[in-house]
This record gives sequence, C-alpha cells and structure tokens, in this order.
Amino acid sequence: MTDATLSRRRLPLSDLARLSSVGLRTRKLRAGLSILGIAIGVAAIVAVLGLSASSEAGLLNEINQLGTNLLTVSNGQSFTGGTAELPTTAPAMIGRISGVQQVQTTGAVSGAPAYRNPYIPSGNTNALSVQAASLDLLPVVATSVAQGHYLNAATAQEPVAVLGAAAAQRLGMDRIYPGERIWVGGQWFYIAGILRPAMLVPAIDSSVLVGYPAAEKYLGFDGHPSTIYLRAQDDRVNAVDDLLAATANPENPSGVSVSQPSAALVAQAEAKGALNSLFLGLGAVALLVGAVGVANIMIISVLERRSEIGLRRALGATKGHIRTQFLSEAVLLGLLGGAVGVALGVVLTAVYAYTKGWATVIPTEAWAGGFAASLMIGAVAGLMPALRAARMSPTQALWSL
Amino acid sequence: MTYTLPPAPANNLIAAGNGVALGGAGVPVLEVHEVTKHYPGEPPVQALRGVNLTIGQGELVGIVGPSGSGKTTLLQLMGTLDRPTSGRVRITGLDVATMADDDVAYLRATRIGFIFQQFFLAEHATVLDNVADGLLYAGIPLKQRRQRALDALELVGLAQRPNARPTQLSGGQRQRVAIARALVGQPAVMLADEPTGNLDQATGQSILDLIEQLHRAGSTIVVITHDHAIAERMSRKVEILDGLILSDTGPAAEADRRLRPFASFAQSPTSGPQAGLPVGEDPS
Repeated sequence: MTDATLSRRRLPLSDLARLSSVGLRTRKLRAGLSILGIAIGVAAIVAVLGLSASSEAGLLNEINQLGTNLLTVSNGQSFTGGTAELPTTAPAMIGRISGVQQVQTTGAVSGAPAYRNPYIPSGNTNALSVQAASLDLLPVVATSVAQGHYLNAATAQEPVAVLGAAAAQRLGMDRIYPGERIWVGGQWFYIAGILRPAMLVPAIDSSVLVGYPAAEKYLGFDGHPSTIYLRAQDDRVNAVDDLLAATANPENPSGVSVSQPSAALVAQAEAKGALNSLFLGLGAVALLVGAVGVANIMIISVLERRSEIGLRRALGATKGHIRTQFLSEAVLLGLLGGAVGVALGVVLTAVYAYTKGWATVIPTEAWAGGFAASLMIGAVAGLMPALRAARMSPTQALWSL
Repeated sequence: MTYTLPPAPANNLIAAGNGVALGGAGVPVLEVHEVTKHYPGEPPVQALRGVNLTIGQGELVGIVGPSGSGKTTLLQLMGTLDRPTSGRVRITGLDVATMADDDVAYLRATRIGFIFQQFFLAEHATVLDNVADGLLYAGIPLKQRRQRALDALELVGLAQRPNARPTQLSGGQRQRVAIARALVGQPAVMLADEPTGNLDQATGQSILDLIEQLHRAGSTIVVITHDHAIAERMSRKVEILDGLILSDTGPAAEADRRLRPFASFAQSPTSGPQAGLPVGEDPS
C-alpha cells in the first residue's frame, strides 16, 4: 500500500506546543510543584556560581581601585643564606627609571621589639615588627590614617610611632589620646596615629612605623631600606618590573625580590571559587530530586490519561505522536523549571550582591548550563513514561476503564 | 441543512494523493472477511470465530448482541484499533493487514470516526477545540480545523455554544459534541459504541434521531448496541452471538453489489460460517 506518503506525519510545532501543555493546563498545582523541584536545583546552581562570580568581581574591583601598579622591591637572600641588604641608594636609583611615579621605603629595625609597656615579658612580641618608614608612604601603599596623624618631618626626628591597623589591635589601642606611648627598644615612643588596613600590603598592618632619623637615633637602625614601594605608570608596569632588580642592587640583582601585590590578591580572589564545589554538589542533588519528581508526575500522568491516549490513537495519532506529546510535555516542565530557577538564582544573586555592594555577575555557563541541564532532565525523565504511553494498546486504553 | 456530506469522502481524500489504486464508487466502505480474534490467557478467549460482514456506502447498520458476544471486538477490528488473529479487514478497499501501523493510524485519522459510550471529551478544552481535534492527526491547519469544527457543530445542533466547556453541557449535548468530532473529518465510516449507553431514554432517542439524520444525509454509520430496540431502528440489523454472526437483515442493495467487481469479498454474510451455530441459541 502506498498510502504512507499521503500523510503529514509530523505535527506542526504549534500543535505540539498546544498538546504538550495539556497536562500543565489541566493539573496546574501538580505541574507547578514538579517545576518547583527543578527550579530549586537550578536556582541553587545559578546562585552559587553567580555569587562567587559577583564576589570575585567585587574583590577585583576593590583591587583595581587600590591600583594594580604598585610594585615592591625587597631584600632577598644572599649567596650565603643571610639577608641581602638593599643599598641605601636604591630608592633614588629606582626613582630614575622612566615610568616610576612615586618611591617610598620602609626599613626593618632589628633588635627593637615593641611592647605596650616595659613590664610585658619580652617573649610577648605580638609578632609586631618595627619599621622605619618614609614620609609619603601611605598613598603609595593605598591606605590612610584612621586616627591621629602620620609622621612628618618633625615627628620623624623624635621618638614617635604610627601603628598599623593590626598592630594597634594587638597592643590594645583603639584610639589616640595625648601622651599615649609604647615601649620600643627600651625607649618610650609616643603614638601619633593609627592606620586603616592596607589591603595591598598586609605587612604594614602589623608594623610599628617610626621615622628614619628617629630609628637611627634611638634604635640603632643602619639606614638600609628593606622594602621599596613604588607606583609605576599603568602602561609601564611590566617594563619597570623588568628593570627593578638590576637597578635596586646592581652588584647583586639576584639578592632582590620584586613582586606585584595586586597580582597575588587577584589570584587569591580567583581561587576562592574552589569552595563552591560543595554548594554546586548540593544544587546537583536538588536537580536530581527534581528530575525524579518530573519522572514521577509523568508516569502518573500517563496512567491517568489512558483514555486520552486511547482517544488520540482512535483519532489517528501514531505511536510516535503519543511519544512526542508526552516527551515534549516533560521537556516543557523541565524548561519551565529551568526558566524559573534561572530567574530565582539571578534574583538571589542580585539581592545579595546589592547588599554587599558588588556588581551582579551571572556567568554565562551558570544560566545557560542551568537551562540546558533542566532541558536534559526533562527529556531523560520523560523518556520512559513517553515510551510507555506510546506502547499502550488503544483498545485497552479505551475499553478497560 | 447547510452542510452536506460528500457521497464518497474516502475517494475525495485520496484524490489529491499519488494515484493510490482504489476501486470506484462501488467499493464497499468496510469489509470484514473470515475474521477471527483470539485473546491469549487461561483459558484463551475466542472473541470472534469467523465473521464476514460487508458494509456499503451510506448504510446504517446496527450490530446487536449481549455482553461477551464479540460485538466490541468486532468494532475494534473494524476501527483498525486492533488487528485480527486471522482474516482480513478492508477499509475503503485498503487491506489493513498489509499496512504499517503508522499508515493504519492515518487511515483512522482520515476515514474512520469513532463515537464512544463515555464521550471521551477533553474537559479543559472548548467544545470547538474538542471537535477540531478530530482533524488534528489528518494534517489540517488549526484555523481550518476550527472552521470545519464549527460546520460539524452546526450539523449536530450545537453551533451556538462553540466556546462552552464539556463540563457545562448535558450528557446529550456532550454526545453531540463527540458525534461532531467523529464526523468533522467526513470519514468513510463512523463507528458508534453504545452511543446512548450513558444517556437517559429521551436523550438517547434524540441521539438516535441525529444518527438517522446523518445517515439520511449520506453518512455510513455502524452502531454497536446490546439493545435490540435500538438495532431495530437501523436500516440493517446484524445480530452477533458468541463470536459469530447470527443473523443479518442484509444491505438493501445486496443484489446490486454482487454484480460489481469486488463481489468476491462482498459475499452475503448470512451464508456460510453460520452453519455451525449453537443450536440452543434463539436469535430473536
């Protein structure tokens, strides 16, 4: 019989859309709940990825505001294993490299621990370091004074100290009052100010900063800088970086270590995402549960709609028509779940990012992946029920009620 | 009546096709030849034991028999919803046994209309869309389906309520919707399974009136029933018992059809297999 070619076998998409939404329209609550199952899973995944991307973006933004053009030069190790000292001429030499905008230094003062007062046991150093600091250090290391004042040309000559944020905390000082002092290297130093945290240079936070002249005069400091902080023009950062070691210590360039603090922070920010795998796993479990829900509702639906299936077969539906109808219904449930889930995840991310002051960032793989996963889940969960529906004999479907 | 059923709808449907060889106007709409149907089980059931039945264009046939007589099985086979264990079923000359399942489905979509005792209407859809769904699998665009559904609704006297839901209708009205759905595709034959079974006496009568009216307009209709009074109203009454045809008042134009080329298939169903009838059964 050549009758086969007479027929238009595939239903047009518009008819298929109408058919696949039958279950949705007739059993709204049930369909809604199974959509919810998938939506929760997708939302969890989108929110986890979105939040980590947003927090990373927020952090990177902060780092950018602090400036990525800060380079530090510090004394590395000498051949013999001791500390290689930077020459006292290094800052001036570095300042002459083209593209270098500002150069500031600190010098570690050894053998002069800082205490709250003379009665503290000498072992309780609080891991503080005493540093001689140049006078325009703060803007270069991107911090500022929280209370009081920084060192100036006058106080740099005198036993006066400025505390880093962590140092102040460890010494138990949260505000400045006249005559407040600490015991440094067997000598009272008066506190001039407390700094805000220096995100780019955490070493400053745990430091007690004194002037170079004061360090030499009262603490036996030799005047050699141990760390040089410099800001380069943004487009010259790499070029300057290449020249620093040789410029700082021409006799022994390998005894100099050069770093870009912002680069380390960026790497840190990006590594934070590794913690997300746990939450992603939870999201995946939620998705799996959603898939089981869709499979469940579809199986029940096929059983309940026996007479509809039988009637459609009587009206001329092929097994393929029935299969397609139920499969597309499951896919539609999945897709709706995915859409709701993506929307929910985006809203969650946006709200949280807003409270944190971050920009909302939803990675493409998060929403596209969530959507694709829900589509696949619908298809996989709907396959078995759809095959069952198609296998159903029309006579049994219609006459054994 | 603003709507007339074409005299040979099957031929019309095929006309646009690719030269399927069909007989002329004389081809019986439905032929059942030496059909048996066994259902496996313990013990196996022999629902039909060699049935011959030929239904011509424009006939109104009542097939009557008690429960378990095989009348529903016969309807399922005539409606191509199931295949016989042996024997042949032809719809408008097309031998179902030689056709693939998908082709048989298309045959149902275009040439057979079903009317069920339980109506089987979709409650979420409007009356109009319920009727239009009768054309869904025949490959007709939605707009056209709805237009034709409106015509069919007019034919069953429900044109004024196309947007009602089936739940808002009475039983009789629901069956009218189901009848409209069966005839919207202008099928070669309509098969009705106890069409008045779920209706009260008066409503049942009005449905039978409608069926007779459609018959007069040219439709070929087979009504399956357990009620002899209903079968008596049909122009041809076929009695079935224990999987065999007990009696057949025969088509009015039986003699005429014998002269036609397909007569070999269209032998009188009253002769032959009835020879082995159980003696104790009274066919009246």
